[in-house]
Amino acid sequence: MSAVLDTVREAPGAPAPRRRTKGRSGAGDVQRAGWPTCVVLTVVALVSVYPLYWALVGASRSSDQIAQSPPPMTPGGHLWDNLKTAWDQGNLGKALTNSLVVSSCIAIGTVLFCTMAGFAFAKLRFRGNSALFAFTIGTMMVPPQLGIIPLYLLMSKLGFTNHIISVILPTLVTAFGVFFMRQYVLQAVPTELLEAGWVDGASTARIFFSIVLPILRPAMTVLGMLTFLAAWNDFFWPVVTLGSDNPTVQVALANIGVSYFTDYSLVFAGVVAGTLPVIVVFAVLGRQIVGGIMQGSLKG
Amino acid sequence: MAASTSVEPPTAAGLRPRQALTLRQRLSRADRTITAYGFIAPFFVVFIAFGLYPLLDTAWVSLRHEELTSSGSSWAGFDNFSYLFGNEYFRKALWHTVTIGLLSTVPQLLMALGLAHLLNQRMRGRTFFRVLMLMPYATSVAAAALVFAQLFGTDHGLINWVIGLVGIDPIAWEPGSWTSQVAVSSIVVWRWTGYNALIYLAAMQAVPGELFEAAAMDGASKWQQFRNVTLPSLRPTIVFTVVVSSIGATQLFGEPLLFSAGAGNANAFGGSSHQYQTLGLLMYQQAFTDGSLGRAAATAWTMFVIIVIVTVVNSLLVSGKLRLPGRSRKGARA
Repeated sequence: MSAVLDTVREAPGAPAPRRRTKGRSGAGDVQRAGWPTCVVLTVVALVSVYPLYWALVGASRSSDQIAQSPPPMTPGGHLWDNLKTAWDQGNLGKALTNSLVVSSCIAIGTVLFCTMAGFAFAKLRFRGNSALFAFTIGTMMVPPQLGIIPLYLLMSKLGFTNHIISVILPTLVTAFGVFFMRQYVLQAVPTELLEAGWVDGASTARIFFSIVLPILRPAMTVLGMLTFLAAWNDFFWPVVTLGSDNPTVQVALANIGVSYFTDYSLVFAGVVAGTLPVIVVFAVLGRQIVGGIMQGSLKG
Repeated sequence: MAASTSVEPPTAAGLRPRQALTLRQRLSRADRTITAYGFIAPFFVVFIAFGLYPLLDTAWVSLRHEELTSSGSSWAGFDNFSYLFGNEYFRKALWHTVTIGLLSTVPQLLMALGLAHLLNQRMRGRTFFRVLMLMPYATSVAAAALVFAQLFGTDHGLINWVIGLVGIDPIAWEPGSWTSQVAVSSIVVWRWTGYNALIYLAAMQAVPGELFEAAAMDGASKWQQFRNVTLPSLRPTIVFTVVVSSIGATQLFGEPLLFSAGAGNANAFGGSSHQYQTLGLLMYQQAFTDGSLGRAAATAWTMFVIIVIVTVVNSLLVSGKLRLPGRSRKGARA
C-alpha cells in the first residue's frame, strides 16, 4: 500500500506543473525598457512608499515638528517615546496579540476548509457538485458587508460581541478560497493519480491527506498569505463588533484617530506599530505575494 | 481503507466476482460521495451561518422597526425605504458614493493599465518595482486614511506645502465638497493601483507573443499593438477589475470614516456638512450612532441593488465598448 503511494508520489505528473514559468514569451518581454519607463516606474514606486515613510518620519518626531514648514524629511529621535505612549494609551500590545491570533486562525481555517472544498469540487463526483459550485461563485459578487446588521444581532445573541471569536467565525471560509483551490487542483492534480489510489483501495480521505495535500502546498501557502494579510487589514466588521478594550490593530488605530487627532506623532506611532509586521512579512515574502496575486487573478 | 476491507471475497465462479466488484465499486463510490459532502460541509456550514443568512436576513430587518437598544421590533413595511428616499443625507450619501466611486475607480484602473504595460518590459529589478508597488495594498485602510488625513491637512499638510512651492494657495481639502471627495478618492487610488496593475500584468503575460510578432510584421506601431492586441486580449480581465473595483467603491467606509480625523474628530458623519459621507458610512451611522437598525438594513439593501445594477451595466458597457471586430479572443487567458 505505502509502496504504491510512494510510487504515485513520484509519478511524472506529481510535482505541480507551474502555470507560468520564467522567460515565457509575454507581451512586452521582447522589448527592453527605455529610460522614460524607468523614470515613471521610479516615481510611482516613490509615491507608493512615501506615505509609509512619512508615517515613520512623523512617528519619530514631536507633534510640533511635523507641523513645521518645511516639514521634516528625515526621521528624528522621538520614535521610542512616541511608540511607548501610543502603546500604552492605544492598547497596542493587546491589539497586536489579538490581530496575530485572529489572522492566524482565519488563515489556517480558510486554507484547510477551502482546500477540502476545492478538492471535492474539482475531483469528486457527487450530486449537486456543479450547482453548489456555481452557487458559491455567484455569492463572490455579493459583498459580506451588506449583511453586517443581522450578523451583529446574531453575534450579540450568541454573546460573542467584543470577543475576537466574533471576528474569526464569519471570515473562516471564503468563496474566493474555494475557487482558487479548485482551479489549482484542476491543473496540478492528475486524476490518474487519484484513480491509482482508489484502485489500490485507499479511502478518499487518505488519498487527500497523503497524496493531494503535498502537491497543493504552494497554492496553500499563497492562499494562506493572502488570507492572513486580508484578515490583518480587515476594518469594518472588527470596528463594529470589537470595543476599544479588546481591539485588533485596525480597531486600535481607529480609536487612536478618534482620541489623539491633534497629536499626529502618536497617531503615526500607532500606524508604524500596526503596519510594521506586515511590511516585514512583505520584505521577506514580497516575491511570493506578488506571484500569488498574479496567479490568483488568472481565473479561467 | 474501511471500504475495501469490508468487501466480501467472491465465493463462486460465474457472475459472483462481477457482483463483488459491483459491491466494491458501490462502496468506493459511497466513500467518494460521503467524503465529498464531508469536505464541502465545513465551508457551507460557516458560509451559510455567517455569510448567507445575515445577507438574506438584511432584507427582513429592513422591513422592520428595529432598534439597537430595545429588544423588540415591529413590522414597518416600506417605512424605512420611504424615510430614506425623503432624507437629504441619504440622497447626499448616494450621490457621493457615485462621485467618489468614479473619482477613485476610473483613474485607478487607467493608471494600472499603463503601469502594467511599463512593468511588462524587460528591465533590471522589475520584481523590486512590483513589490514596492504592492506596498499600499498591504497597508490597512486605517493606516492609509490616517496618514492621508494628515497629508491633506489645510495648515500643516504636506500636500499644501508642496503645492505652495509652485505658488498655489493652500486648499481647504477637508471642508470642501469636491476637494474632500478628491482626497478620499486618492486614498483608494493609492491603495489599489499597484494591485490592479499586477492583475493586468498577469493577463498581459498570458497573451501569446506570436500575436505581437504578427502585428509587428504587419507594420503595427507600439500604440497600435497595445490598442489592437493587448486591450482586446485583456477585455475579460478589465471587466473583472471594473466590477470588483466598483463593488469596493460602493461599500467605501474606512477611508471617509478616518479621513475626518484630519478635521479633528473621526466620526461617521463624513465631515461637518456630510460632504464626503458615503452609503457605507451612513449605514454605520444609522446602525451604531443613531441605533436604527431597520434603516441601516434598508440602506444596505439599497447598496445591494446598486451593486447589482453597477455589475450588470459595467459588464455590458465594458465588454461592448472594447469589442473590436475581427479579433480573436482566444489566448486571452491562460
